[in-house]
This record gives sequence, structure tokens and C-alpha cells, in this order.
Amino acid sequence: MRTIDKRLRVSRRRFLASGTATAAGVGAVAGGAVVIAPAGSWAESPANLSPEAASTLLKMARDIFPHDALDDSYYQRAIGGYDAEAAEDADLKAMIEDGTAALNTRAQARHGAAYADIENEDDRVGLLHEIETTPLFRKLRADLVVSLYNQTEVWQRLGYEGPSADQGGYINRGFDDLDWL
Amino acid sequence: MAAPFALDDDSVVVIVGSGAGGGTLGNELAQQGIDTVILEAGGRHEIADFVNNEWEMFGKISWLDARTTSGSWRVAHDFPGLPAWIVKAVGGSTVHWAGASLRFQAHEFRARSEYGAVHGANLLDWPLTLEELEPYYDRAEDKMGVTGTHGIPRLPGNNNYKVMAAGAERLGYTKYHTGNMAINSQPRDGRGSCLQIGFCFQGCRSGAKWSTLYTEIPNGEDTGHLEVRSQCQVLQIDHDDTGRVTGVVYADADGVQQRQKARVVCVAGNSIESPRLLLNSASAMFPDGLANSSGQVGRNYMRHMTGSVYAVFDKPVNMYRGTTMAGIIQDEAHLDPARGFVGGYEMETLSLGVPFMAAFLDPGGWGRDFAWAMDHYDHMAGMWLVGEDMPQETNRITLHPEVKDQHGLPAPDVHFDDHQNDIRMRAHAFAQGSAVYEAAGALKTYHTPPYPSTHNLGTCRMSERPEDGVVNKWGQTHDIPNLFVSDGSQFTTGGAENPTLTIVTLAIRQAEHIGREMAAGNL
Repeated sequence: MRTIDKRLRVSRRRFLASGTATAAGVGAVAGGAVVIAPAGSWAESPANLSPEAASTLLKMARDIFPHDALDDSYYQRAIGGYDAEAAEDADLKAMIEDGTAALNTRAQARHGAAYADIENEDDRVGLLHEIETTPLFRKLRADLVVSLYNQTEVWQRLGYEGPSADQGGYINRGFDDLDWL
Repeated sequence: MAAPFALDDDSVVVIVGSGAGGGTLGNELAQQGIDTVILEAGGRHEIADFVNNEWEMFGKISWLDARTTSGSWRVAHDFPGLPAWIVKAVGGSTVHWAGASLRFQAHEFRARSEYGAVHGANLLDWPLTLEELEPYYDRAEDKMGVTGTHGIPRLPGNNNYKVMAAGAERLGYTKYHTGNMAINSQPRDGRGSCLQIGFCFQGCRSGAKWSTLYTEIPNGEDTGHLEVRSQCQVLQIDHDDTGRVTGVVYADADGVQQRQKARVVCVAGNSIESPRLLLNSASAMFPDGLANSSGQVGRNYMRHMTGSVYAVFDKPVNMYRGTTMAGIIQDEAHLDPARGFVGGYEMETLSLGVPFMAAFLDPGGWGRDFAWAMDHYDHMAGMWLVGEDMPQETNRITLHPEVKDQHGLPAPDVHFDDHQNDIRMRAHAFAQGSAVYEAAGALKTYHTPPYPSTHNLGTCRMSERPEDGVVNKWGQTHDIPNLFVSDGSQFTTGGAENPTLTIVTLAIRQAEHIGREMAAGNL
């Protein structure tokens, strides 16, 4: 049967092009749009959020949906919209800054390190479980489930081919090629 | 040639909604030469506007107006602002439906007699029988080109079906096949055959799947007797001092209120909006809303017992290739109270793309286990479980006391509690679904809770006696002779089957009745 190479590496050029395309496809289940930022928009130097908040958010995002096959760029893109939104939305900015600061305080007290610097994943996940009813965690998880999994490059890494109509569907491309039963 | 009718033309039939019920009814009336205006709240998106992208199409066609939820059902927790996953567009939910077209079973029309008194359930027999409906089911299946009926071959099974069928066979099930689908398995009715594109929920890009958008509606428009006004949301139904309806008030595409006169009004806005419109039309003469002398408008809301089972295998499945609902197991659809519940359920393959799988597999879920499942997306098979749920008076659509929609009207609140029968049926169905996949070699199975409701039923139910329901066996309201309900709201009980075929069947029959009554001078 025809299978997808989930390890396929993509060129930087193609990566950027698809990032722009994905930004148009936004959605959320229960109202409120989720913005998927173009790649690299804030990765190293956020304009509106503190560097501590940005690095904490990135580690949180990885720990919420931990895919070892995905490098940080996918997660940066998934949460990249917050930096621009924070400039327009003081409540959001406060939620992110205060929420990440509180998590780091908790991390320092428990493990003597900032959240992102805790080596042991189980230790970090334990902290996330303690805050999973907070507004920040709930928002981050709900946004990520769209903004991470709606990236076309993520689809490829999970073995999902996506659109088929422009290729004539799957009728001649393996819709019934399962041969292992 | 689409006919434009004047706002003050009081000879027209006005239909609210253009989906399976309204779109079919509009064409069937137009074919009889009856002038008809369909008012559709959503926009007109033709096939060329469909894209193979789950979230993009969700944003484009879903009904996202303000709604609230209450009750103990899981949807109220997981998707509090989205009780139903239905379409606001010309064609209604026939744009995004999967295509499953199953007839009710004879006993399902006699639920009260067959099931007896079920504590807490408001069961009632339908005022009609399978035998009475059979000629109309025939016409609906022929119109829609349902596979496995009328000599139309079934569709080929895709990978997702192969896995389910293998499990079904090993488990000893015998009634499994690729379904009765309103998806062309060969060219028919000017439309091509299925290209196994997938994305049935995002609008069929090839037009192989039946939708009123590109069948009933243009066919009706071609007669010169049907006008479809899109982006026109009906806000209120008017009546005169004799208690007969005289027209509707709607907000047009610019938000400007218009009043369309009518000789007959047919409400087909799906089972949340239809009762909401009747309730929002309350007047001095009808203080509890139109056609509500029974107090049953909005009550007995049903949404089918649902759930999904997804399973991960050690080898790839690629379930997303091909039709979304690619096959069915019907061995559990019968009535057998020995299983611990009344009614039955169907098991139907279902696939979601990565974006929707992430959103729906385990709402609220996160962490290593969740990511592991998503990492094995291409090794997953999936099925949807759909069965009869119990009508309960307290499961109902009401007008929210504070929340308003964009037109300033009270938003609908959708209240639902699972009945014990629903809970027992779901537990059985989850277990059997897992057993099917384990028989096929699954490494792990997932029991996914209900999605926002796609099958919304029962809120203006049919009854023999006016005190038990809202409409008679023709969908005509007991209280107001020229006011009809033409969608799934009419269902007295839900049956185990996907409802669209029965909605279309009832619309064909209702059109015949309206034509007959108009000719006789009764309407």
C-alpha cells in the first residue's frame, strides 16, 4: 500500500510558503479565531511579550502536545500569534505574563529552576497538572489544538495527506490499498 | 429561470430554510406549479467555493450564531457555545452531511407500543407507519440516488471500511456493507460518480453526493416557480386575528427588516431554529409561541445516542482516503431489550482529518498519551455510533433570558440530559466498537465522546392528538392550518438511522398534501 514518509524533511523555502498559506486557515470550535503566525515571527525576539514569558510558553506548548518528531519551529509558529495580539489586548498580555510568572514561581519553589529549565519532563508535566484549570493553561491548550494541528507541515509529519480534490481524489491513489488484513 | 416574487404577494408559499426538508419541499412544490419563496439565513456557496480544509470550511458554512447549552450532557462541557454542528448556507446541512440514507425500521414508528412505558421518557407512537411511507421512501431514494436501492450499485469500500469489515466478520456480525449512501457510485442525474476525495463534511467537490444545493434548488428554480433568497434570516412569523399565519418578517443581507406575505408558511430551520422561531413569534393571541397549545414546542429534543471509536493498528490504515462514511454494521440496529436498553444503534465508519481529530478525539485532552495517538493518526481506523435516544420533555430548546443573537432576538438554549437508556446503549456500543477493532488486531482503542449534535430532532413532534405534539401526520401544525413544520423537528421519535432520508421522504409527502389542499381550496 502507498504510505507516507513522515520523516520527510522540507526545504526552508517550502516551509515558509506553507506557513503563509496556513495563516489564512484559522478556526476555533466555540467562537473566537485562532491566529497561526507566519514562521519565525517572534521566535527569538518577541516585540511585546517578555523573553521569559515567550520561552515559558514555548516549553509549555511542547509539553502539552509533545511530539518528539516536531522541532521547536512548529510550536513557535503555533503560539507566534500571541506576541502581536498582546500589543492590542492588554488582558491577554497580562494573562500570559502573570500566568507564566506564576508558573515559574511555582517551578522555582518546587524544583529550583524556571519552568523551561527543568530538565525532567515529568516534573514539568506535574506542574502543568497543577495549573490545568487556570485561564492561561486552558487558553493555550484550546488554541494549540487548532494552531499546531492545522499546520500543513504537521499533517505530513503525522501521515495525513490532506486535500485531494485537485489531484482527482484518492480513487487512483490508494483509497482501498490496505493489504495487511 | 428563478422567479422573483413581490414582498406583498400573498399567494406564495414561504419556506424557512433550504436544507433536506426545505430545499426538497421547495422543489416539490415548484414542480407542481406552486409559487414558492425559500428564505435561507446563510449564504449561497456553490461547489467551486468548497475547499478540502476542515477549519476553513467550518468557518465558512457552520451555524455559529449565539447559542447556549445547559444540562448534564458532555457537549455542554466540551463545546458550551456550539451545541450543534450544522450548516448555515443554501443547502443547509445537506452541504456537509455524510450521505447515509437509511429507512426507519417498522417498529421504530411504534416506539411507545413496542418499548412500553420507559421511565422518564416521553415516548409516543408516530401517527403514521412504515407502510404509509414506503412509496415516499422509494421516491426519496430514487431522487437522491441511494446506493444499494433501485438497482444502484454500492460504493467500493475504502481502507477504513476494510478494517471495520474484517473486525465485523471475525466478531460474527453479518449485516455489514458499504452502506446506503446518497453518493453516486456511477454517473447519475447529471452528476458524476464518487472520486473518493474524502472531505464529505466540507462540501462534496465533485458533486457526487446529493445536496439540495445543486439538485433540488436549481431544479426548482428552473420551473420559474421557486425563488431562493439567501442571507435572509426569518425573525418572526405573522398571523391575523383569525389565527392564521400571513407571512414572515426577515432580516435581509444588509440587516434590513423585510416582510414577505404568504398563504402558507413552512418552517424548516433545523430542530433548534424551528422551535425558536415559533417561540420568538409569540403574540397576544399566542403568548406561548405559535402552534404551542400543547406546550410541546421545543420539547423532546433528541440528538441521537452518539459516540465514536477510534483504533490504532501496527500498520497504516490511512482512513482519510475516500468517503468519510464508507460502510456500516447493522447487526445492533434491531430491538432487543435483553441488551439492557430499548432501541438500536448503527456502527458507521467515520474519519476525521488531523485538524478535527485533534479537536474531537479527546476534548480537553493533552500530554504524551494524546500526542501518541496523534502520532499514529495514519494507523487509525474509526467508526461513529448512532442510535435511538429517548425523547424527554425536559430536553428542550428555550429562549435564553439574556443572551441575544446579532438581530437582537433571544438566543436558543439547548438543554439535554442523557437518559439512562442512552447511557446504557452508549456503553454497549463503545464495547462492541472496541471489540470490532480488537478482532481486527487493534493495539489500542479510544472512546470518543459525542461531537456537537449533527442529528437534531423532535422539537415540534408529530402526534395523533393535538395535546401530545405540535404537528399532525402531514407536518401541519395542530393549531394553525396554514403553518407547517418541514424538517427533523417533526420526528416523534428518533430511530437508530441517520435522519436525512426520512426528512426528505416527509417533505415529498408534505408537498403532495399541500398541493392537494390548495387545489381543494383548504389552504
